[in-house]
Amino acid sequence: MAHPLSTPRSLLQTEGTVAATPAPPPALQVGGLTVAYGEKPVVFSVDMSVAQGTMTAIVGPNGAGKSTLLKAVLGLVKPLSGEVRLFGLPLSRARDRVAYVPQRASVDWDFPARVIDVVLMGLHRELGLLRRVRPAHLDRARACLARVGMEDFATRQIGQLSGGQQQRVFLARALAQSADLYLLDEPFAGVDAATEKAIIAVLKDLRAEGRTIVAVHHDLSTIRAYFEHMFLINMRAIAAGPVAEVFTAANLQRAYGGRLGEAQVAGMQAGDATP
Amino acid sequence: MIWQALTLQLGYNATLVAIGATMLGIAAGVTGSFLFLRKRALVSDAVSHATLPGIGLAFIVMVALGGEGRFLPGLMLGAAVSSGLGLLVIGWMIRRTRLTEDAAIGAVLSVFFGAGIVILTVIQSMQAGRQAGLESVLLGSTAGMLRADALVIAAGGALVLLLVMLLRRPMLAVGFDPDFAAVTGTNVARIDLAMMGLVMAVTVLGITTVGLVLIVALLIIPAVTARLWTDNALRMVGLAGLAGGLAAFVGAAVSATAPALPTGPIIVLASFVLFVLSIALAPARGGVALLLRQMRFRRRVHRRQGLLALAAGQPIHEPFTLTLLAREGMARADGVPTEAGRIAAAKALLDEARWAALRGDPAQGLTASRYDGLTPIETVLTPDQIAELDRHLPRPQAVI
Amino acid sequence: MGAEFVALSLTPLLIGVLAAVTCALPGNFLLLRRQALIGDAISHVVLPGIVVAFLLTGRVAALPMMLGAAGAALVSVVLIEAVRRTARIEAGAAMGVIFTTLFAAGVLLLEQSDTSGVHLDVEHALYGNLESLIWLDATGWASLLDPVALSGLPPELPRMAVALLIVALSIAVMWRPLAIATFDEGFAATLGLPVRAIGLALVMLAALAAVAAFDAVGSIIVIAMFICPPAAARMMTDRLLAQAAWSVGFAILSAVLGYVLAGYGPLWLGFANSVSAAGMIATVSGLILGVTMMIGPCRRRAGGATVH
Repeated sequence: MAHPLSTPRSLLQTEGTVAATPAPPPALQVGGLTVAYGEKPVVFSVDMSVAQGTMTAIVGPNGAGKSTLLKAVLGLVKPLSGEVRLFGLPLSRARDRVAYVPQRASVDWDFPARVIDVVLMGLHRELGLLRRVRPAHLDRARACLARVGMEDFATRQIGQLSGGQQQRVFLARALAQSADLYLLDEPFAGVDAATEKAIIAVLKDLRAEGRTIVAVHHDLSTIRAYFEHMFLINMRAIAAGPVAEVFTAANLQRAYGGRLGEAQVAGMQAGDATP
Repeated sequence: MIWQALTLQLGYNATLVAIGATMLGIAAGVTGSFLFLRKRALVSDAVSHATLPGIGLAFIVMVALGGEGRFLPGLMLGAAVSSGLGLLVIGWMIRRTRLTEDAAIGAVLSVFFGAGIVILTVIQSMQAGRQAGLESVLLGSTAGMLRADALVIAAGGALVLLLVMLLRRPMLAVGFDPDFAAVTGTNVARIDLAMMGLVMAVTVLGITTVGLVLIVALLIIPAVTARLWTDNALRMVGLAGLAGGLAAFVGAAVSATAPALPTGPIIVLASFVLFVLSIALAPARGGVALLLRQMRFRRRVHRRQGLLALAAGQPIHEPFTLTLLAREGMARADGVPTEAGRIAAAKALLDEARWAALRGDPAQGLTASRYDGLTPIETVLTPDQIAELDRHLPRPQAVI
Repeated sequence: MGAEFVALSLTPLLIGVLAAVTCALPGNFLLLRRQALIGDAISHVVLPGIVVAFLLTGRVAALPMMLGAAGAALVSVVLIEAVRRTARIEAGAAMGVIFTTLFAAGVLLLEQSDTSGVHLDVEHALYGNLESLIWLDATGWASLLDPVALSGLPPELPRMAVALLIVALSIAVMWRPLAIATFDEGFAATLGLPVRAIGLALVMLAALAAVAAFDAVGSIIVIAMFICPPAAARMMTDRLLAQAAWSVGFAILSAVLGYVLAGYGPLWLGFANSVSAAGMIATVSGLILGVTMMIGPCRRRAGGATVH
């Protein structure tokens, strides 16, 4: 069995060979990333690599640094050390290829805006400061809403939406950015079953279009059904790779430690194997 | 002159005023600590500004009844009534409308103050109001303070202190965790009300000395200053009282030497000086100590990451890591590890592997939670435990 | 009536209206960003800024004072942030430390320096003196076309107009980034928007509004204009643009009604003297807010839908 560190490290080391072959650079590559709040490291010396056109879940217990990792990738928190590259470029040169879906609870939904206004925010790079919103823009925003099943809510005040509907609006805003890499922070947290189904369908569509999806995910029971790759983290990178290889009782034990009973893991794998 | 003032040699009256101000400062610092712990520091700004219309109306009523308009207890009563009304309005706005606390505070503060200014201009046009000099409530003045007034302030400050002593436990509980306090049977709403009542009392007492525009400083700055020195809530309350009392005493004494010096601003500046000194000097949470600790922390992180990279035979990209390792003799400037570096790297890698094993063991949840990527495992486990752990390591360490 | 009105009331009224609108515009965003009290802090530090500018230049001139106040606003924002981080305390407490200290320093400097020859004192700083901004050269409405009379306009009027123009234009240009960064700062940052600079720009606009309006209405009333018209507007609509429009309307209404009530209200009640116009404007804006909080169609949070 390989040392836990060797998996992500070896991913990073392929860098040299990548340059030599015409293979596309990873959609996301993180090397030696450490983020601390105060004097408490939340993410410690993490390496990560996500190939283009894949769908990856970032998994780990509460407080394991999942969201922080995502935020550091996006430059929203300043890392203590480490490097992030998106499509082989630094963040500043790859911004328009990345879309971010923050946690729903991170904003105050009591903001004077309609659903369509929020989706139009995703078109900001085209609209800029003063360009008028033209019918073409509105059509695109409506199309994004339709993709998440929210076309009838375009003029609704955002504060009147349910949690699931708010999450769909956030996804529609990200769709409007038509990015190549989608980073989602807990997209299924606190949403209804129908929304969860709708969101995963959209994500799989995006994946089929060749786009890359990375989502912080906390529900171990759905990982096999939703994702093909997973990245297990608990401050340190624990394991990374195809779900089939990484989603083992031993790895989960290493990530969750005492927080996950062995019976729980065994039951989950058994329950997952049936469908 | 200033020395004489500080040693209370400016006569009976000045001494009395200094004592009154000191009592006020202690009461304000202590009360403000609880307000600060409850994260409602700026509510006091609304409370103080909202006193103005009450002061004005009380003056008008007392004059209309044929009394002395500047009778301090009467003005205090008016101040208390209108600031109490302001507090009720803030609470109503937060509960019943979509406005947030900051907007409610700002709206009440400015509108009540505006109404107070209107009433002040009415008073100025009154016969008795021409010499009222009520403007002194804005910035405070101890010049010409009556002996009785100083006594009222000192006694009031002592009373507030007594009440705070009685209520300290429930107020701390509510400030620390209101939900838990509610579950354990504390009436949070009533304690909050009592706390705001005490804040109101301090404000009302402080109007003549510090002035209503600046009294909020006496509630906030000593509390923030004390917070820098300790993590213990009760000790913080005591230190805040000390800082508030000291600042108020210095302010009152200095302004007694020169009538042109308004008391309020001097007290505020004195407490700010204490705050700045604390930022510089406080060992626990002071800014300088914090900065040094953060720099040391950053070095530890980079050293550890560098060693792990050396152990894995990876190149080190970060210049800071490389400089650090080179300076400590762990690596050459081009990143090749020295002998000492190799040994340290192997140790770091072993430590990391032991931690990984520990963290994967469900029975070790509590110990494993102390992992921060930096703490050597020897500090949390005994040699016996480590030996036991090593037997479960995936592979004997032969990295170098 | 006409001549007297133009000479004594027209300019203070206009200045009051311009000041109220200039403050209300950035106030909309301060309100939505839960930074209403930044307005409080800024309006207090305007005083030390002006005093320092006066001490440095030795005269009461508009430009140095504007720069001094803007500098003080910048310094206070930086200090608040520094205190918040080094002492690790909530923003409200950090504000309380900084603005009271700076204000105290301003008062002390003012009391210690010789300002006997100039129009600068603490009471004036707190609640202004709108009534004194009269147009003595005016003889009637015709004076509006008379260049000689126009040159005698109180300088506060054109100054306030320029301030409004700058504030309104800046907010129009920054509208979209401001709205995005206000609603979702994290998302705004991933778009590459300079969220810190946007936040700072808003604070500087508020500072400009506060300095310009300071002359006319004083620092405390400025806070009322930052908060009350936008808050009342929030009770009327759920759309940002409409909210800004309502806030402008409420600001104008507060200024006009407040000025008229202060000037003529006491006379109607049989008193001989008028009362403080700035104070009355703040009071009226509070009354308008009170009414909208009772009957505004959007006064409540959108029902519990946010919680799942």
